[in-house]
Amino acid sequence: MDLQKYRQPDLINHVIDDIKKHTASVKFMEVCGTHTMAIGKWGIRKLLPKKIKLISGPGCPVCVTPSSVIDELSKLKKVTIATFGDLLRVPGSSGTLEKARALGLRVEVVYSPMEALELAKQVETIFVGIGFETTIPGIAHTIKIAKQQNVSNFSVLPACKLVPPALEALIAGEETKIDGFLLPGHVSVIIGSAAYNFIPQKYGIGGVVTGFEPLDIIVGIKKLLENLDQPQIINEYERVVTKDGNKNAQAVMFEVFAVQDALWRGLGWIPNSGLSIREEYAQFDALKKYGLRITDIPENPQCRCGDVLQGKIIPPSCTLFDKVCNPQNPVGPCMVSSEGSCAAYYKYER
Amino acid sequence: MSKMCLAIPGRLIKNLDGNKGIVDLGGVSKEISLAFIPNAIEGDWIIIHTGFGLEIMSEKDAFEMINILQEAYK
Repeated sequence: MDLQKYRQPDLINHVIDDIKKHTASVKFMEVCGTHTMAIGKWGIRKLLPKKIKLISGPGCPVCVTPSSVIDELSKLKKVTIATFGDLLRVPGSSGTLEKARALGLRVEVVYSPMEALELAKQVETIFVGIGFETTIPGIAHTIKIAKQQNVSNFSVLPACKLVPPALEALIAGEETKIDGFLLPGHVSVIIGSAAYNFIPQKYGIGGVVTGFEPLDIIVGIKKLLENLDQPQIINEYERVVTKDGNKNAQAVMFEVFAVQDALWRGLGWIPNSGLSIREEYAQFDALKKYGLRITDIPENPQCRCGDVLQGKIIPPSCTLFDKVCNPQNPVGPCMVSSEGSCAAYYKYER
Repeated sequence: MSKMCLAIPGRLIKNLDGNKGIVDLGGVSKEISLAFIPNAIEGDWIIIHTGFGLEIMSEKDAFEMINILQEAYK
């Protein structure tokens, strides 16, 4: 499938010309970290009129993982921690998993939770379950397989997050006035575009589900502008996103997990935005198996990742950005993660 | 391949037993789970994330927007 068609300069310029016809001063939030990187990579911010501001939201699961997760994992002995590589350099309150590994902590990087399950057939393994709806069904499926295969060495630290409740918390917080959302394409593959209908219905704000090619994003912005007076949820990523999402994935997700409140780094506790492992699968719950606790630990007061995640400031407004904090020496999670806003600004928009 | 956020398109080149398949990711073959898209067949383009196929991509829908835009800006 030739997605180069989504990068045609002539077509992009035509859409930009249409965008320039709109006179409103607006602030749109791209929720997803992959969108943030794409906006930086393709120079989209520079193509837009100045009155259209794009701000980044909390859509990077690594960035919103509480530092207590790192702290709790760092204490574990005689167990192998299996994690996605993004998490290795995220700072906890006293160090990273990478540094703890150098001091003897057993940490293995995996691409898939199923690889962690295979590892557990050899050694006692905890898989660090971070991610949004894109990732959660795969983790749930792996827990189901662990039960079917009776792999007693395997457990999951449930730190997954749900996107719609976080968006609601951001809107209801009213600190970030948002005129529209570019909604995350691959989260929406699972939950469907209808999952966001509460945004226009309850808050009078529109949203467009978009893909990650430049034309996807530019057309998403155009649609948001065209529908400012009649806010609605529009699906511009129909090649993979349906109205109701992937029902198979949703079924597995809610068979294994139950909804509960969750702690988001930089945002605090958000109602109904997290997941716990259901009682039927309790033997695979690392929180219970090892007595781990996810708590709210104060962050470095100079690091403004919390404000970045809420769209209150852009990364260069943080006094640490590109001075003390850079990808080689990240102070906060938004600079660590390959999908973090600060990393995107550092790489593409300095 | 250790980044968790990325979901990428790949082509299913072989269905295997147990709702699994082999995908071609730009020349690299990888086994993935088709548990969420059991109707995927060889030749389909699919979105892949952390070892799982999430959805089958529609070639028709993929270029519908492009066609509409090209028509509009003729």
